[in-house]
Amino acid sequence: MTVLRATGLGKKYRNKWALTNCTLEIEAGHVTGLVGPNGAGKSTLLNISSGMLEPTTGTIEVCGGMPGSGPEQLAKVGYVAQNTPVYTNLSIEDHLRLGAHLNPNWDAALATRRIERLGLDPKQHAGKLSGGQRAQLALTMGIAKRPELLLLDEPVAALDPLARREFLSDLMEAVAEHGLSVVLSSHLVNDLERVCDQLIVLVDSQVRIASDIEELIATHHRLTGPRRDLDTLPSNQHVISAKHTDRQTTVLVRTEAPILDPAWSVAQLTLEDVVLEYMSNPATVRPALEVLR
Amino acid sequence: MTWLTWRQFRVPALSVFAGLAVIGVILAITGPDLVGQTDFSDEDFLYTGTMLVMYVLPAVIGVFWGVPMITRELETGTHSLIWNQTITRRRWFATKVGVGVLVAMIAAGLLSLAVTWWSSPIDALANQQTDRGMLNWLSPPVFSARGLAPIGYAAFAFVLGVTCGIVLRRTVLAMGVTLVALVGVLLAVPFLVRPYFLPPLEQTIAISGDSVMGAHGDNTGVIEGIVVAEPAGGWVLADETIDPAGKVVSPLPDFVQKCMPRPGEPRTGPPPSPGGMQSCLAQLGERGYHQRITYQPGYRFWPLQWIELAFFLALSALLTWFCFRRLRHLS
Repeated sequence: MTVLRATGLGKKYRNKWALTNCTLEIEAGHVTGLVGPNGAGKSTLLNISSGMLEPTTGTIEVCGGMPGSGPEQLAKVGYVAQNTPVYTNLSIEDHLRLGAHLNPNWDAALATRRIERLGLDPKQHAGKLSGGQRAQLALTMGIAKRPELLLLDEPVAALDPLARREFLSDLMEAVAEHGLSVVLSSHLVNDLERVCDQLIVLVDSQVRIASDIEELIATHHRLTGPRRDLDTLPSNQHVISAKHTDRQTTVLVRTEAPILDPAWSVAQLTLEDVVLEYMSNPATVRPALEVLR
Repeated sequence: MTWLTWRQFRVPALSVFAGLAVIGVILAITGPDLVGQTDFSDEDFLYTGTMLVMYVLPAVIGVFWGVPMITRELETGTHSLIWNQTITRRRWFATKVGVGVLVAMIAAGLLSLAVTWWSSPIDALANQQTDRGMLNWLSPPVFSARGLAPIGYAAFAFVLGVTCGIVLRRTVLAMGVTLVALVGVLLAVPFLVRPYFLPPLEQTIAISGDSVMGAHGDNTGVIEGIVVAEPAGGWVLADETIDPAGKVVSPLPDFVQKCMPRPGEPRTGPPPSPGGMQSCLAQLGERGYHQRITYQPGYRFWPLQWIELAFFLALSALLTWFCFRRLRHLS
């Protein structure tokens, strides 16, 4: 089942395109990371998916419906916005009450259990919570709503490394327990690598690559060898970036076939290496669009 | 949703109601003393106070209830929390505005009831007078501070605040714009719209030594018109001298310009007697001139109040409709 399908999606703010020609398909049951530099369009894509924003061009279908189109649609999609907003003058208890009032599928037991386990006092005002606790409260509201798809926009950006780790492992637990699909964005690959099984790289308001993480690592290689013309590479090797010195050529390629040329010494790449290559070479090749399975 | 709306709204709402309670107590203590009095010059301070409060309340409602109800959510980002619960923006907005408008109308209704009751002896006296000495209940400043009209102002002010909040999205800016727009509307309606709610009546008065009470002129002493008795309790929209051909004349024709001494002009002859001035002005009547008064009569107070209320509720509905249209594109 597809939880998110976007076709030619674009969003223009005044004169600037925040997202252009975004075509994506995300299958249910995955945790998908959305990575890209600041201002690449991550928030825009998530905002459109949750129905907070209307796209300028293209179409989007989330959990089988148009985002934000009605109560049934809203019940299916959970969204925790950047900076994890909460009502500062309401207590934690009030937030859970609000959730229970406004969501037909609300899991009150789950919400109470999570707050208890986090060691939070239900009477405490949300305005007095630390950044991490606030994010946890917002996440609790997102999970207890029991959506099919949970969208998280930079949920850990404001957290210190320890809180970050706790938040993410908590999220993983909830995913395992309730089998929901998650799309979360971050500009740090490390955060995503730990929790995601799929990755979308967004650069300059365009999708550069969308792929399974294991596949991403397996199909990208750094080749180092004597200087040569890139046109002599086999046609199934897509060049992501290339560097030449007087005598040497270093090239990053994506290919599903094994590297047979003995002139190359082949190095495996980490996920961060791959993503950084994509981010720092936005214009080298045409976007590698793929359907996520 | 109603619970959440009240939870967020209760502090501003209760502060205003606390203020109204204090005003209510003051009026309840001083009100009974007014009954039967014929001279209210000692009550000037309280009378002015009640008028002021009637105009301040809609401003407070628009600026401190209406504007923050939306902008605070937009500024703190909580709109993205609430819009992602299983509730549509329309229902969210309808509940917020519904509760706000209702509470605003109750507040204004209670205050208007208290002020209308308190000032009823003063208004009753003013309604009997035929000169311009006291403001009767149809005179614009009093009319807007009595009866049902303030309820309409409160609803309108609230919705205006909400609308400015949605359009401008910033609390302080929206507060300023709301205040300016509200003052503009409350000033414009009495002069541009209210006179036409019902077709005004006309009264033609023969000009004679008995009916002329005086004259008014510009600052160089040119006599522009005469003063006659006005209909008691009525709202005079126009008070004009008409020549035999039926045309409005202002200033008055030359043959009466000498009826009153001009300022700074050396006096010759005996000082003019008041009776002499009136009989001099009465020449107008002898030459076929008469006085025409266009006015809303006092008995139309309640019909005009209902129309004014309906007018402002319709304006509020229009703004609300506009907000619903904007809501979908808000982010």
